[in-house]
Amino acid sequence: MQDLLWLVPGLPLLGFLVLSLAGGRLSRPAMAAVGTGSVGASAMVATLVALGFHEPFRQVLWEWMRVGEFAPTIGFRLDALSLVMILVITWVGFLIHAYSCAFMAGDAGYRRFFAIMNLFVAAMLTLVLADNLLFLYLGWEGVGLCSYLLIGFWYQDPANGRAARKAFIVTRVGDTAFAIGLFFLIAQVGTLDIEEAMTRAGSISAATAAALLLGGAVGKSAQIPLQVWLPDAMAGPTPVSALIHAATMVTAGVYLIARTQALFALAPVVQTMVAVIGAATLLLGGIGALAQRDIKRVLAYSTMSQIGLMFLALGLGAWPAAIFHFMTHAFFKALLFLAAGSVTLSLHHEHDIFRMGGLWKSLPISFATFLIGAASLSGMPFVTAGFFSKESILGSAWERGVGWWSVALVGVLLTSLYIFRVVFIVFFGEAKTSVAPRRDVLLTLPMVALAILALVGGWIPIPVGVFEPHVGVASVVSMAGIVIAWSLRAPLAFPGVDFDGLYERAFVRPFLRLANAVGRDPADAVSFGPAWAAATAHRLASATQTGSLRWYAAGIVFGGVVLLAVVLWW
Amino acid sequence: MSATFYVAGAVAIASTAMVISRRDAVHALLYLVVSFLSLATVFLTLGAPFIAALEVILYAGAIVVLFVFVVTMLNPGSQETQWRRPRAWIGPSILTLVLAGELVVVMARGEAPQTGGAVTTPREAGLALFGPYLLGVEAASMLLLAGLVGAFHLGRKT
Amino acid sequence: MISTTHGLILAAVLFALGLTGLLARRDVIFVLMSIEIMMNAAGLAFVVAGARWGRPDGQVMFLFILATAAAEVSVGLALILALFRRARTLDVDAANRMRG
Repeated sequence: MQDLLWLVPGLPLLGFLVLSLAGGRLSRPAMAAVGTGSVGASAMVATLVALGFHEPFRQVLWEWMRVGEFAPTIGFRLDALSLVMILVITWVGFLIHAYSCAFMAGDAGYRRFFAIMNLFVAAMLTLVLADNLLFLYLGWEGVGLCSYLLIGFWYQDPANGRAARKAFIVTRVGDTAFAIGLFFLIAQVGTLDIEEAMTRAGSISAATAAALLLGGAVGKSAQIPLQVWLPDAMAGPTPVSALIHAATMVTAGVYLIARTQALFALAPVVQTMVAVIGAATLLLGGIGALAQRDIKRVLAYSTMSQIGLMFLALGLGAWPAAIFHFMTHAFFKALLFLAAGSVTLSLHHEHDIFRMGGLWKSLPISFATFLIGAASLSGMPFVTAGFFSKESILGSAWERGVGWWSVALVGVLLTSLYIFRVVFIVFFGEAKTSVAPRRDVLLTLPMVALAILALVGGWIPIPVGVFEPHVGVASVVSMAGIVIAWSLRAPLAFPGVDFDGLYERAFVRPFLRLANAVGRDPADAVSFGPAWAAATAHRLASATQTGSLRWYAAGIVFGGVVLLAVVLWW
Repeated sequence: MSATFYVAGAVAIASTAMVISRRDAVHALLYLVVSFLSLATVFLTLGAPFIAALEVILYAGAIVVLFVFVVTMLNPGSQETQWRRPRAWIGPSILTLVLAGELVVVMARGEAPQTGGAVTTPREAGLALFGPYLLGVEAASMLLLAGLVGAFHLGRKT
Repeated sequence: MISTTHGLILAAVLFALGLTGLLARRDVIFVLMSIEIMMNAAGLAFVVAGARWGRPDGQVMFLFILATAAAEVSVGLALILALFRRARTLDVDAANRMRG
């Protein structure tokens, strides 16, 4: 069973190859079958591998390259952490793919969509299974590329292309830090093999390496200060948002920090920085979500905030709790996105929550699933998965100090506040738009499956640790948030921090000015000078060609005068 | 003799100035005839009676008649009133004054001998024309033929 | 007994006057008249020079100029007719485009 591990990322990659190379000959149902089936089969294989999992192991396929001592492999390593990751990625990914079959039906880019989605899943699986950091970086960049392609999926609208470029460039800032971190590790440790690097890390300045890796994680996971791309990434189709937010992409940073936990443990300063970034993003995301009108943007800020919670847990050293929350978050956030997608699909792609209302009657399944997702996100006690993971994070925060715990508590309050506000605005009150419900079993089944997972996912025994649920203050706070949310149904507007404008002024414009200055290279004058002289001479010469006879005659006379003068007085 | 030259020269200059400054083309043509006739007088004083006769017959006769034909055909009226601005005279006048000044300086610099006063008869001129200048005469006839054909072609009403 | 210099100066002044008319006037008939004046002045210079040496060559040159002037004025006036027929104007500045 364990030998089948390479098939887990291999099958989606195969699906991508089939769809992109031979997909033109397939019918649309066949495209959907290949796209969804490859991820489904991958999920099956991952489950088989998980059933036979006893202890961490490696599977090396071949040696990638050999440059002196440095010999990265194409190899996979499975331990408790990556096992949880691949199970969540494949199963949630599979459900999202199945949902997409119906959601994207009728779109001209059907084949392109499934091909890139498959590549996305394959890249993410490579990322979490890689046994060395270079191979991990391959998956890391693959995820970045696919997110660019999918956010700009409807590329005919320039705004979408801009959002895609923004996501790519902003995450690139983090990726560059990550790449420098890799160079640093090679120079210091001499290997990129994760296990070896972690054991040898004690001898080097771990703080630098950890800080550089943190830069990469911050970019990919949309944490402060590189969080600006995530709300704009909503330009992509809703299943893409679900995939980016639940299973792939943004969780890569969480995984990276959890994976290199040993390195961070050696650098307490950096680890505290992780917690600070996480706490700041948790609060900022929660406040940002309150001010949004677009249902998908609310969810985007929610993801930012929840990843911030995971970072907080990571920074406090409670990485099993972070991974646990990653799993439950994948369930309920995918569910929320799919439910929101089914709502917008039934409302002719209306995204503004204040134009919705009273939908609980006309869209009962969307309502029920969204409600379950919201409840799980706010951590309703016992009946939801979010309760268990949140409590475990709060528990570890309590152990580390009451300050961290109260920050997390405010985050919990904000979470239930903004999400139930959306629930109340969208599904209650008076109906404002005509509803054309889309009933499709492929839309409904993944939502129901995810709803079940969002309810009972907390009971799934995961190998990273055992969590004892207990009803605490958080549950009470979260209930209070729901009550406050009922009174906050009007649109909110408060001055937020304009990160986009800030970055525009601080980085983008100076960079453009610099580029302009360098572009007008003074050294070019040598080559531009003759061109300028020729152009000017031409302009002067053609200015004499007025077509006016009298000017020509005057020119002749002037020439005669000058010639005579020269003859006379030279 | 020389008094006649100066008087005729003065008349030529004055009438030429009138030619270029008249508004009406017919008035200008009449002054042009005066200018040509006074120049013919100048030619007589220079001892060139044959040229004086040609000046009267060809310039004051044929060419002016051609001008009169065109003016009567087109009857252009006085379109130039609206075009004519005093300013338009400034540039050309300065330019030509400088040129004239330079020419005068050139003339004045050379020695100033008197003309012989000997009359060159039409016979002498004709002998020179059909002797050493025969080729030139043939070329001039070709030129006139070309002018004839060209004028005929351009003047056709098509 | 006339000073050659004075004859030549008369020719120069007449030439300059014709040139002024050529540059200053916009009516194409006047332009053509100015050209006649200038050619005439050039001819005068030849005749003066011929008289200086008592030779017929200057007069022969005047005859050639006369032929040129005749040919020129006939073609020029035909051109004026063509211009007027096409542009309904005698303004030289109106004919400042080569095309057509």
